[in-house]
Amino acid sequence: MSEKKFSKKHEWVSLDGDTATVGITKHATEMLGDIVFVEVPEPGKSVEKDGQAAVVESTKAASDVYSPVSGEILEGNKSIVDDPGNVNSDPEGVSWFFKIKVKDKSEFDTLMNKADYDKFCAENPS
Amino acid sequence: MEEQKTALYNYHKNLGAKFVSFAGYEMPIQYKDGIVKEHISTRSYAGFFDVSHMGQFFLEGDKTLTDALEKIIPADLRSLKLNHSKYSFLLNNEGGIIDDLIITKTSKGFCIILNAACKDNDVKQIEKFLKKDHKYFLNNDLSLIALQGPKAVEILEKLVPGVSNLKFMTGDNFKFDNEDLYITRSGYTGEDGFEISIPNIKVEKLISFLKENKVNAVGLGARDTLRLEAGLCLYGHDLNEKINPIEANLKWAIAKRRREEGGFNGWEKIKKLIENGSEKKRVGILPEGRIIARENTKIFSESGEEIGLITSGTFGPSVNAPVAMGYIYTKHAEIGTKVHLEIRGKKHGGKVSELPFFKKSYVK
Repeated sequence: MSEKKFSKKHEWVSLDGDTATVGITKHATEMLGDIVFVEVPEPGKSVEKDGQAAVVESTKAASDVYSPVSGEILEGNKSIVDDPGNVNSDPEGVSWFFKIKVKDKSEFDTLMNKADYDKFCAENPS
Repeated sequence: MEEQKTALYNYHKNLGAKFVSFAGYEMPIQYKDGIVKEHISTRSYAGFFDVSHMGQFFLEGDKTLTDALEKIIPADLRSLKLNHSKYSFLLNNEGGIIDDLIITKTSKGFCIILNAACKDNDVKQIEKFLKKDHKYFLNNDLSLIALQGPKAVEILEKLVPGVSNLKFMTGDNFKFDNEDLYITRSGYTGEDGFEISIPNIKVEKLISFLKENKVNAVGLGARDTLRLEAGLCLYGHDLNEKINPIEANLKWAIAKRRREEGGFNGWEKIKKLIENGSEKKRVGILPEGRIIARENTKIFSESGEEIGLITSGTFGPSVNAPVAMGYIYTKHAEIGTKVHLEIRGKKHGGKVSELPFFKKSYVK
């Protein structure tokens, strides 16, 4: 598995061959608060880079989850649909949102590494 | 205009509160524990809420004050006993709700608790009916703390002996640290509890005592999930100037004598609505599964006709399911009626439900 990369919309991606696993970052969950509802995409759906792919709702508001890379959805994580609170407890581990077959790996390369992402979060508090 | 702060602002900040702008005030929406934990601990133990942004409006006068207020408030103020409170509203000429409120009979007149976003306009609307010798003022030197939950009574009794004798929707004067407090047994969470009106200079001392007794601070986020589970309306969402009390299913808050005698703003219209029924009605809505139907979600009948709109919707931590309320055409308002909710372009199932979603535990 590759190193994790990060998007400006607070998703993380890891790459294994041409399969990317996508989730939302710990920083994102801290901004959202208690997550109470998750909607993940169905396998076979094609998604564009920065296109809406999933939904996450906290007690406060609903937010879209975007795919940082283009490709075809392989799997949505049903365990977070059944137990959305898991996203708060382990956002960057077991609580990934979806796996996607990547169309263009260069999209992955343009994402931020951990240090750049942390810096981005510090410079863009919300 | 600069954002206002309550006397506890720095206290909230030190507790790690996240703030939001609400009705011109910088208010804590949640603390470190988050909305769900704050909600659950209020229902299982107790929580305190800084609601000092709300207006504490005091009026002084004789019987003519009662008569004046009855022109805009449909409660039976003439027979309201000393230290007793009623939930009511200010009505416009069309019977629309200018604000919802709690009015308490005091020794000199009345005290009205007004919503923060409405309070300045409320005073202007009430002023129109007052006479020269009526005194009135919004008291900004007082904080208002709601202490809610099953342990509230036991904890507050230790600090302010006698509060356990109060019944729901009554209050009294108490002493704390040589200052006067006015405490009512009331709240807006569906739990037993108190609202404590206390001088700004003493409020931190009260809160420190509550913290020592393991009562945690609860923000506006959990206040919203608690009140929605309890089926209580939030002004500006479930109520507004275009909605009347009959549609809002709040007929019970218009006193019987007042319904018959009238003499208040919008009475003619309200009388007709009582006789003929209203076209639409406030109901509870339970979405299927876990999807949240938030404010402005459209409601459709099973046959696809648009029949209403959600005015409040969230996830109810105690119900452990999404809960909502909204307005729906009365012919579709029967409990159990299946509806469709349009969320992010897709239709989801739901049904009309009884309110409250969570049983109230008031001490009457």
